[in-house]
Amino acid sequence: MPEIFTYGFMQRAFIAGAIIGVICPAIGVFIVLRRLSMIGDTLSHVALAGVAAGMLGSIYPIYSALAFSIAAALGIEKLRQEFKDYAELSIAIMLSAGIGLATIFISMGKSNSSIFSYLFGSITLVNLQDIRTVAILGLIIMVSLIFLYRSLFYITFDEEAARLAGVPIKRVSLYFNILVAMTIAVSMRIVGILLVSSMMVVPVAAGMQVAKSFKQTMIYSVLFGLVAVLMGLFISFYWDLAPGGTIVLSGIFILISTLLFKNIKLKVTANHIKATA
Amino acid sequence: MEKVIEIKNVTFSYDTKMVLKEVSLEVFKGDFIGIVGPNGSAKTTLIKLLLGILEPQQGSIQLLGQAVKSFDQWHRIGYIAQKARDINAGFPATVEEIVAANLYMQTKPFKFLNKEQREKIDEVLSIVDMVDYKKRLIGSLSGGQQQRVFIARALVNNPELIIMDEPLVGVDVASQEKFYGLMALLNKSLGITLAMVSHDIGVITDKTNKVACLGNQSLFLHDSKSFNQTDYIKQVYGEGISLLHHQH
Ligand SMILES: Nc1ncnc2c1ncn2[C@@H]1O[C@H](COP(=O)(O)OP(=O)(O)OP(=O)(O)O)[C@@H](O)[C@H]1O
Ligand SMILES: [Mg+2]
Repeated sequence: MPEIFTYGFMQRAFIAGAIIGVICPAIGVFIVLRRLSMIGDTLSHVALAGVAAGMLGSIYPIYSALAFSIAAALGIEKLRQEFKDYAELSIAIMLSAGIGLATIFISMGKSNSSIFSYLFGSITLVNLQDIRTVAILGLIIMVSLIFLYRSLFYITFDEEAARLAGVPIKRVSLYFNILVAMTIAVSMRIVGILLVSSMMVVPVAAGMQVAKSFKQTMIYSVLFGLVAVLMGLFISFYWDLAPGGTIVLSGIFILISTLLFKNIKLKVTANHIKATA
Repeated sequence: MEKVIEIKNVTFSYDTKMVLKEVSLEVFKGDFIGIVGPNGSAKTTLIKLLLGILEPQQGSIQLLGQAVKSFDQWHRIGYIAQKARDINAGFPATVEEIVAANLYMQTKPFKFLNKEQREKIDEVLSIVDMVDYKKRLIGSLSGGQQQRVFIARALVNNPELIIMDEPLVGVDVASQEKFYGLMALLNKSLGITLAMVSHDIGVITDKTNKVACLGNQSLFLHDSKSFNQTDYIKQVYGEGISLLHHQH
């Protein structure tokens, strides 16, 4: 067995990473296609406030982050009804509130070094409690996504038609925001709060380059997400770099590869057409 | 006779601008009603009121005997929008996936489509002549082809009432003929009630049994047979005579 797998902390990092590699892009497909990329950033900044608050109050930071970001997800829906025509505004307000709170809580805390591991991710600090939490929440998220798959697909493609087809739009949107909040809480230990939303976006961008249907978009995005996490963890381990950065950059590398692949394929077919004409 | 649509004294304004004033309309099972009127005469507004997208300031609207406000049987109603929605051209979904999405009420979570449902999708796609495009991405189709997909999507639930807002914009003549043939079939053989907004007055009066004319915040209902097209055009587009003045 290669050295990397003999360490208990690396085994834990790989288990948590695999779960994150699947759920971030699966959630991300809907976020990207609903043009809601901001929501990931917003909820993760609120989660940061939650982590800082948790450290102040000696609460397990994943729980406090989860509580904060779920509250924010509910708040965004509420604000969205107030600012009907300016849906982004509700997200921007929540983002400001999140950053404001995080700044205050962090400055109130004495030791700020531990907050870095939540900002940039960490492989050595993942403990058994983390793994248990990640696995349980990850399972809930995955089952929920499969359950909501049809309604989310329809809402994402055409909200008005979805409503007429009987999709309970409001409930599904709310539930989805809560899933985003949960995904952030689950992912921040490994990927880091700053880069969670990239994990939701980058593999999806790559998946969309090669997919020929919605189902394929889902499958490729998850596949690329998994590969990015595994690659990132290897690089993080051997070069001693923060895993958040190595994972997201691996994702970017995959994205560039798919773009190149697509362009080459286009050229090849164009040449083929020229040659046969 | 069973009332499929019942609009009673409906008044609707956008902010301060009143576009419908105490309008009433009854549509019965088996009717094919055409809705005509110049641009801006609130045809689309009327459709949005029917679908519960907008709420009237006054009056009431019932669909299939139930108030629109609390209506919860939307799967019994098909809807085709004015233009192929400004759909995101890059949306990665196939024609098949989009038509299948409308089977929402008939599919259980955690389940794949069954054989019957897949056959139904093929059936409605062949009605609009799009079976060969089943696996194509929606963004890779022309506007007219996209519109045909949306027609198929509305048909997949076997609706009892189909509401259409200029469904034929961007659809070529041959497909229009086919579409009207299909509507006649749905209407006459299956007894499906149809309500359709159109600017093509000549064709619409020929195909429908009733025509509702919108203009000047009002609605007038005509029998298609006795509908005088020349008068209508003169009154609405020509001499600037208000619709309120015309005699019935
Ligand atoms: N969202 C809106 N806000 C304010 N006014 C509106 C809105 N939508 C429509 N209107 C106005 O209401 C009137 C009716 O519009 P509507 O779209 O119902 O007309 P229409 O009969 O469907 O026209 P067309 O033939 O061009 O489709 C128009 O004068 C339009 O300017
Ligand atoms: Mg209109």
